[in-house]
Amino acid sequence: MSRLISYEKKNTPVHKLSGFTKLLFFIVWCMASALTFDTRILLLMLVMGLAIYKISDVKWKQVSTIFKAVMFFMVINLTCIFFFAPYQGSAIYGTRTEIVHMFGNYTLTREQLFYEFNVFIKYFTVVPAVFIFLTTTDPSELASSLNGIGVPYSISYSLEIALRYIPDVQDEFRRIKNAQEARGIEMSNKGRLIDRVKNVATIIFPLLFSTMERIDVVSNAMELRGFGKKKKRSWYSKKPLVFADYAVIAFIVVFFVATMVITYADGSRYFNPFV
Amino acid sequence: MKFKIGIKEVVAMGIGTALFVVLTNAQIPLIVVPNTALQPRMAILAFLSAVFGPIVGAVVGLLGHALGDALFYGSVWWSWVIPEGVVGLCIGLFANRFAVKEGGFVNSKNIILFNVVQIVANAIAWILVAPVLDILMFAEPANKVFAQGAFAFLGNIIVIGILGTILLIAYSKIVGGSNNLQKED
Repeated sequence: MSRLISYEKKNTPVHKLSGFTKLLFFIVWCMASALTFDTRILLLMLVMGLAIYKISDVKWKQVSTIFKAVMFFMVINLTCIFFFAPYQGSAIYGTRTEIVHMFGNYTLTREQLFYEFNVFIKYFTVVPAVFIFLTTTDPSELASSLNGIGVPYSISYSLEIALRYIPDVQDEFRRIKNAQEARGIEMSNKGRLIDRVKNVATIIFPLLFSTMERIDVVSNAMELRGFGKKKKRSWYSKKPLVFADYAVIAFIVVFFVATMVITYADGSRYFNPFV
Repeated sequence: MKFKIGIKEVVAMGIGTALFVVLTNAQIPLIVVPNTALQPRMAILAFLSAVFGPIVGAVVGLLGHALGDALFYGSVWWSWVIPEGVVGLCIGLFANRFAVKEGGFVNSKNIILFNVVQIVANAIAWILVAPVLDILMFAEPANKVFAQGAFAFLGNIIVIGILGTILLIAYSKIVGGSNNLQKED
């Protein structure tokens, strides 16, 4: 399962930014994408996302599997929207331009196509941001920079632990799965639903109990080393915010305000080309 | 009710999130409704919330779902991340009552309470919060998101009700019992 995207050390302008800057950028970016439905802004965000993706030198093979998974999900979701509500687009844009009658009560309209296109690019504005954030952010550096801007270090530390232990827990998951398969328990997609639930349970039981043990071991080790005794702690990978960070933060704030102003300027969050 | 963040909670948030993320992969798809699946990881979320309280529950739900989405699907569905935090928070609020670590989760009163709480928590999250956020963010058709929400609700209460309950009882028996000796008649 080398499917997971992970941090890779490189020397690009995006890698050099502080983890906090990238996290803030990522969150504000997602908020902007969630709030707007303005096609022009979504397209602009898509182009910007791809440009930053290019700058940050993410390798296609790092992300291609996941990209295909998103595409698959999107195809299902868009088809599903059409079958549940073939006239959602008309309801939003207020007009109805029919293209072709399909069957029964289903007619393909231009508004529907445009609406689903919007939903599609809306998802895809987030995708490059996720790839960039995950491949260019060093978990330890992220934790230290979060602490640097005032997040309590216990919280930043738990984020770091989460990122640090995902591969370990994944290894354990695989080991237990292999062991259960060796005992003859079917783990593939065959079999009845109830059997598959039971089979998953045979992994979850040992995995959860070993995780609880791991929590005990790690927290004891941290206690022995005096974690949480003082109000502050120092970080090995600390990096102060530099000019580039402030520039990026200023940019994303201005960008967010601008998208909101442009989106809601005409009183509706949709960009309507039909009237 | 007091919930403090000690070393154990910090570690539980971290490693619990990691476990939740890893189990994103272990889904059992329901063919009936696209993009919804039986999620064994929900049992883990309920378990951690019931053992470590609302803050750990909420963080594992939010962070775990966001990271899991990002790592496995390359995108984050915030409209389904937030309800996940709601489930963890609601179940966690009753952590002191369940007394899992003290071995209190073996009597039927607590087991029933746990299941009532998890059903209510899931109802709030998947029938109310998730569809409403979907409509607000993506203007998705109401009947589609409520159908998806209803299936997520059903799937989750089944997974938590069966798997979550069994995990909690087993864990409570192991850590809570002071010894395995039984009085002879």
